[in-house]
Amino acid sequence: MPTIAEKILAKKSGKRRVEPGEIIEAEVDYVMVNDVTGLPAFEVFEEFNTKPLKEKIVLIPDHYVPNKDIASAEQAKAMREFARKYKIPNYFEIGTSGICHQIMIERGFVAPGRLIVGADSHSCTYGALGALGTGVGSTEAATVFAIGKLWFKVPETQKFTIEGKLNRYVMGKDIILHIISDIGVSGSLYKVMEFYGSTIEELSLSDRITISNMAVEAGAKAGIIPPDEKVFRYLNGRVKGDYEAIYSDGDANYSEEFEYDAEEIIPVVAEPFLPSNVKPASEVDVKIDQAYLGSCTNGRIEDLRIAAKILKGKKVHRDVRMIVVPASKEVFEEALREGLIEIFLDANAYVSGPTCGACLGGYMGVLARDEVCVSSTNRNFIGRMGHKDSRVYLASPAVVAASAITGRITDPNEL
Amino acid sequence: MWRFPDNVDTDQIIPAEYLTTSKPEELAKHVFEKVRPEFVKNVQNGDIIVAGKNFGCGSSREHAPRALLGIGISAVIAESFARIFFRNSINIGLPVIECKIDVEEGDMLEIDFANGRIRDIRTAKEFKFKRMAPFLLELINSGGLVPYVKNKLKCR
Repeated sequence: MPTIAEKILAKKSGKRRVEPGEIIEAEVDYVMVNDVTGLPAFEVFEEFNTKPLKEKIVLIPDHYVPNKDIASAEQAKAMREFARKYKIPNYFEIGTSGICHQIMIERGFVAPGRLIVGADSHSCTYGALGALGTGVGSTEAATVFAIGKLWFKVPETQKFTIEGKLNRYVMGKDIILHIISDIGVSGSLYKVMEFYGSTIEELSLSDRITISNMAVEAGAKAGIIPPDEKVFRYLNGRVKGDYEAIYSDGDANYSEEFEYDAEEIIPVVAEPFLPSNVKPASEVDVKIDQAYLGSCTNGRIEDLRIAAKILKGKKVHRDVRMIVVPASKEVFEEALREGLIEIFLDANAYVSGPTCGACLGGYMGVLARDEVCVSSTNRNFIGRMGHKDSRVYLASPAVVAASAITGRITDPNEL
Repeated sequence: MWRFPDNVDTDQIIPAEYLTTSKPEELAKHVFEKVRPEFVKNVQNGDIIVAGKNFGCGSSREHAPRALLGIGISAVIAESFARIFFRNSINIGLPVIECKIDVEEGDMLEIDFANGRIRDIRTAKEFKFKRMAPFLLELINSGGLVPYVKNKLKCR
């Protein structure tokens, strides 16, 4: 019996049924590019000498904006000019938007049952709303601009079930790091992850987004969570167009099944240099130089709320610099209304406008030689956030905030 | 021939701070800069990369295979590939072969795409690899996705 991904790919390729391993051509609902992946896509598209399918295209500058240097300024300009030249409605200038995956979700492009590709590996994030979202390259994005379709190899699907109640301060980030440490960074290579269980059902949409966002760190093509009331309520009044929720049949054909007990999940960090290198935060005694709260993984209002709750009335350690980067204008405005920005400023954290920033070592918090950062981002490869001898520990917003106070990696339960 | 371990990620292949250009010859200057700084100086046109599991994991940046093409790499042989990197390579015409082979850095290799065979000239050992799906072979042979799409648009 078919899984969610198989059903979506069958529907979008006009077939009654597809099998894992089969190569198909499917109609894509939306294609997104950001400022870094956009320019190569535009250059390839111009070679096709055709008109773009405007209504499918979403252009979101986020990696190196506000422009970090002249070369980045030229890339951002290229996107702006492409939008103007072809009158593409869905172009999101800075000051109106934020990090690409956050905007795709906030502005209603992502909905259950849709097939969405993004020229950014974390496009798997859209699975949290029951869509099939997957990362592609710039040439492929240009292909979708031109013909609205793309080739796909139908993937197998793995089932992940998490049951039970979460412990205090445990967040979606800890759940996905727990899973990745179990199966490894290629544990889901070429496969789709589907997530089930009472723990998942109890999670906020924000925590589900964190989980789907990091599916690619296990090598997965996509990470899908069956949509429920939380998703439908969020999309009410926000979603563009109609949608049809798609579910796996009860006895779907999974290649592997994994089960986890939520009570065994605790606040963790992923030590350098792989997201699978996971240890309990309470067992890691490492001094930090920087604490980074932001990114498509953990830059939402729920993430800022938990960090503010921990930081309220306290100060960032004098040997640490904390950087807070809301993932979008909407998040920043909500944080302002709730008084969270004041809490961060009072604590001596540096608050930035929305951007991908230091997540990928671009700017806004790059690390020097031997510096250590605890971060709510998604990758800790060598040189990810700066100097090749710098080190990044991935963590939940709660661990990031607690660590910023003590100056060392800290489990918030120990504060 | 250059040997690499498991999990060679796209930040290693081309660090993010250089993603302000998409020109292969510019990207080529920074390939493996942080992990093997001698690579750029010593790599020769036509060289092959042999790696372990999950080669190209991490970002979707097409700059990664473009940089490898730019520096003259003629093929990447790995035990397994990260899926976006694999797609990107096929789409731009960089041959990627999934095969576990027992060779040493510096060995000369001969690749027979048609018959799915790799030969190590130093040891005379031969390795077989599974032929790719016909559609993907067709894509690589026609030079990637761009010629394929141009053809499609012409036929409309």
